Amino acid sequence: MCGIVGLFCKTETYRAELGRLTATMLHEMRERGPDSAGFAVYGAGTTGRTRLTVLAEGQEPDWAPTAAALEAALGAGVDVRPTRDHAVFETDGDGRVARQWLIDNVAGVDVLSYGEHIELYKSVGDPDLVAERYELSSRTGTHAIAHTRMATESAVTTNGSHPFVTGADTCLVHNGSLSNHNRLRTVLHGHGETFQTENDSEVAAGYLSWRLREGDSLDAALHQALVDLDGFYTFAIGTADGFAILRDPIACKPAVVAETDDWVAMSSEYRAIAKLPGVADAEIFEPEPARVYTWTLAA
Amino acid sequence: MTDVASPNTTTVDLATSSVRSLNTALHAATSGSFVVTNPQGAHAVAAGINAPLDVRVDGSVGYYCAGMHQHGTVTVDGNASTGLAENMMSGTVRITGNATMSAGATGVGGLLVVQGNAGARCGISMKGIDIVVGGDIGHMSAFMAQAGRLVVLGDAADDLGDSIYEAEVYVRGAVASLGSDCEEKPMEAEHVAAVAELLAAAGLDAEPASFRRYGSARRLYSFHVDDIDAEIAARETDR
Repeated sequence: MCGIVGLFCKTETYRAELGRLTATMLHEMRERGPDSAGFAVYGAGTTGRTRLTVLAEGQEPDWAPTAAALEAALGAGVDVRPTRDHAVFETDGDGRVARQWLIDNVAGVDVLSYGEHIELYKSVGDPDLVAERYELSSRTGTHAIAHTRMATESAVTTNGSHPFVTGADTCLVHNGSLSNHNRLRTVLHGHGETFQTENDSEVAAGYLSWRLREGDSLDAALHQALVDLDGFYTFAIGTADGFAILRDPIACKPAVVAETDDWVAMSSEYRAIAKLPGVADAEIFEPEPARVYTWTLAA
Repeated sequence: MTDVASPNTTTVDLATSSVRSLNTALHAATSGSFVVTNPQGAHAVAAGINAPLDVRVDGSVGYYCAGMHQHGTVTVDGNASTGLAENMMSGTVRITGNATMSAGATGVGGLLVVQGNAGARCGISMKGIDIVVGGDIGHMSAFMAQAGRLVVLGDAADDLGDSIYEAEVYVRGAVASLGSDCEEKPMEAEHVAAVAELLAAAGLDAEPASFRRYGSARRLYSFHVDDIDAEIAARETDR
């Protein structure tokens, strides 16, 4: 099992409540994934300003020296916003350089996400506690995806928790299990992808990273995933301006979508959607197998 | 729980009562009517009924609604998730909206009506249940269906009736593809009558003669042996 939720605010109406509504949805998916949880929240952001979410698991370090050294390396200002063992670095400097610098120079730290819009938090433990610890309810933005994990393919660790980043402002959550992840991991190693865990979902994320880096659109990458990924999956993929859903052709893993004038919500189960405002008037449907669904913000 | 207009009607609000307390009350009752409010996608709503009760659920339900149902009538004014009326034995279950995966799975008897669409694997391994779907059905429906009747007013997705045994499938719309060992069969007068009877029971309107019939081609290995006991005895004799 595992639980997935995604909420995409098409209008301004619920953006101030994005975190609270996402936390409500996540709560309903606790039973599907009591091991660990994580969420990615997308805000308006500023063009040219990169946000990097870093994790120093179980520690709450003084980030000021790191920020100062990063400023020197980038030749640009760096701001830090810590939340427990996570911190969001923001800089107008080169985001890719900043990401690589953090990976190369700060021991014991993982870069969970990078991009102009995304912030990403994850941890082992009860999903409600994870949401509380990382202040999900007070977060605002345009859209969020979140995950509750019941581990089947690899250990219960923070690194094995979802979402997994697949590129700038792109991340993935997965309900299911891939059967060709070991072979695919080897193939992706050959294409320069690196992996931190034995987790099958991380391989799916690495696969999408590779395809996107090769120039595929997200839509094209997901269609190719239908060919190259073997196993059971419902994916939700967060992007800078929306999210996407893909289910494998057999579609054993559940998914339900509801849409109103103000929002699009997806989840593993309807009960996560049942309490959203205006749900009584929502158009509700089950995504078809092997079909790519995407929603993007109106320009 | 409070009694409302009718003294025989009990209302259970799942915003304040647990599914377990609802189902405990339903299992204890031998007759009467129940109204369930605020189901909000809860699982196992009205599962395990074993008496001629009338239950109306006002809203959408989660997994396994009306599972193992016997004798009663359950009507859900909303949608239903995975495993609706799974292993149903008798009685009637009706959903006014859509059902997701595996509606009527392994059902042995009774009538399941999905007024909207049903998702993948509708009627999987059905064993005697009658299922009437007002809209479309998803892929691999009637997979390994053993007995019973599935009537679909809309279309069927891929691999309909894969490895089907003796169940009868009637589809009015398009069938994307037939599964292994499933074939179209002639629609005789008795089959038109059967569809007419099921449509009437379901309260759905369609021309019975406009349906096409699908069933087993009996070409899989399991159909090559008519009497397994005789077959085994013969093999023993040959040794």
